[in-house]
Amino acid sequence: MIMAFDRTDIAVLLSCIAVIVSGLFIPDWMINQFMFAFARALAVLGLMVLWRTGLVSFGHAFYFGLGAYAVAIIDNQLGVTDIFLRLIVSIVIAGIAGFLLGYVLRNYRDIFFAMLNTAISMVLYGIIVKTEALGSTDGFAISLPTLFGHSPEDKYPLFVVICIIAAACAIGVNFYLKSTYGKLTTAIRDNEVRVEYLGFSVAHAIHVKYTISACLAGAAGSLMAMSLGQVDPDSMINWTVSGELVFITILSGPGSVLAPFIGSFVFEILRTYAFEWAPQAWQAIVGGTLLTIIFFLPGGIWSLIEKIFGRKS
Amino acid sequence: MNTQNPILEVSNLWKTFGAVVAANDINIDVHAGEVIGIIGANGAGKTCFVNMVTGYLKPTSGSIKFEGQELVGKATRDVTISGISRSFQVSQVFTTMTVVENISIALAIAENRGMAALRPMASVALSEKCDEVLERYNMASYRDQSVSVLSQGVRKLLDIAMAVISKPRILLLDEPTSGISVEEKFEFMDVVMGALRKDDVTVLFIEHDMEIIGRYVSRVLAFYQGEIIADKPPIEALQDPKVQEFVIGKPHKKSKTGA
Repeated sequence: MIMAFDRTDIAVLLSCIAVIVSGLFIPDWMINQFMFAFARALAVLGLMVLWRTGLVSFGHAFYFGLGAYAVAIIDNQLGVTDIFLRLIVSIVIAGIAGFLLGYVLRNYRDIFFAMLNTAISMVLYGIIVKTEALGSTDGFAISLPTLFGHSPEDKYPLFVVICIIAAACAIGVNFYLKSTYGKLTTAIRDNEVRVEYLGFSVAHAIHVKYTISACLAGAAGSLMAMSLGQVDPDSMINWTVSGELVFITILSGPGSVLAPFIGSFVFEILRTYAFEWAPQAWQAIVGGTLLTIIFFLPGGIWSLIEKIFGRKS
Repeated sequence: MNTQNPILEVSNLWKTFGAVVAANDINIDVHAGEVIGIIGANGAGKTCFVNMVTGYLKPTSGSIKFEGQELVGKATRDVTISGISRSFQVSQVFTTMTVVENISIALAIAENRGMAALRPMASVALSEKCDEVLERYNMASYRDQSVSVLSQGVRKLLDIAMAVISKPRILLLDEPTSGISVEEKFEFMDVVMGALRKDDVTVLFIEHDMEIIGRYVSRVLAFYQGEIIADKPPIEALQDPKVQEFVIGKPHKKSKTGA
């Protein structure tokens, strides 16, 4: 198998290095913004793969929440603090859930696909809210992650890990999107009958994409939980979280694997400043921004970057 | 006449939709290299037959054997992989992509089955092969155009070209010339049949145009209400009184005198 790096991969690597280095000079609150943005962007990356296939999930907070709660539970019950171990557990749990539910969801399209995902996520939300052992509405606090047995003093090492994982996932998804499997995203959106008649199972292709998106959302939830240091159902599993992820997906645009990271960061900054300027009406500012994007940049922020730099990825 | 084993053996094929009988005990042997025209009025069961052979519809009963292998119960994609492909009356292409992207996806699927589908798709070899296909179907000038702006005729050519990319041994064409102007239809069929001859593929095509039937096929199957009412060489078939009455629409002599 030949794995050649293309312009997008190089851009991802360079941006990753630039952000990691900049982390040495920027203030702590900015580091937090990057961590939240990049963690969330991983889930958006998965939604982008689905979106290219013509599928919008309005319930990926389910996998995001599974990833986050997996960290909380293995921390509180078993005392697992290693950042990578936590991450792997989250991905495996979200991946298995996505793989199993994929058997059902691969048969649905459009609004049915979107809302079935919401329904599943709200079932989990309901269970957690009503279950004392799962923290109910209060959730759990999570201890600081450790890295290979070391307990870092500040958040910088976690920030570096998030950047590296984000870059690795972006390159992985880019590689996937370049393969025959990946190119089938638009093909499936355009014409499922033709794909079947070319000899490829649409259900299988969608199942794979769905499982990938579940794993990415699980990783996102895991990193988000560790960045925040706590989990609770409203900030991890509620439908508003799913909505936020779809929001960022549209804001970012499906043009490149870099888009979710830029879009997610813009969203984070936008929300922070909107909240600072207009604590009572920050949603109106965020909503207005989305409307502006849909009207003037239907290809999302990425299409603006393409226009400025005149490149296509 | 033909001593070889048939490539496609259809026996006792039935398909009913409630009270409607779309396939009424169809029995056909197709031999390799034949070019067969399927004629019949709308609703006679022609497309239903193609849909059953390609696994899109499951027959109520009966058997369809391709090179000795039973096809009934197989999924569409498995029928394609085993060597039967089809085109559509309304072309089924990827409308938001360019012509060359359509071809390259079809090529990539055909050449990268299973885990190989994870290999990067873009490669020089692939693009050369795409150009070869475009050349063969006279579509080179449309290479980078989006399918959404193409005429019906070019879309139909693309549809057929994509169906042939998996190198089928049998190709079923559903009304290849529908939507194509009278002036262009022969030119269109010449391109298609010329390209197919190079691939050595057995062709069955549904057609309403009797001029096309007379010119390109070696055998005609005439459908009427799910039944095959004639299975003959074209000249004989087109003169068959039943065919004239039920397919072509000319009342045959008996009913004329009776009236």
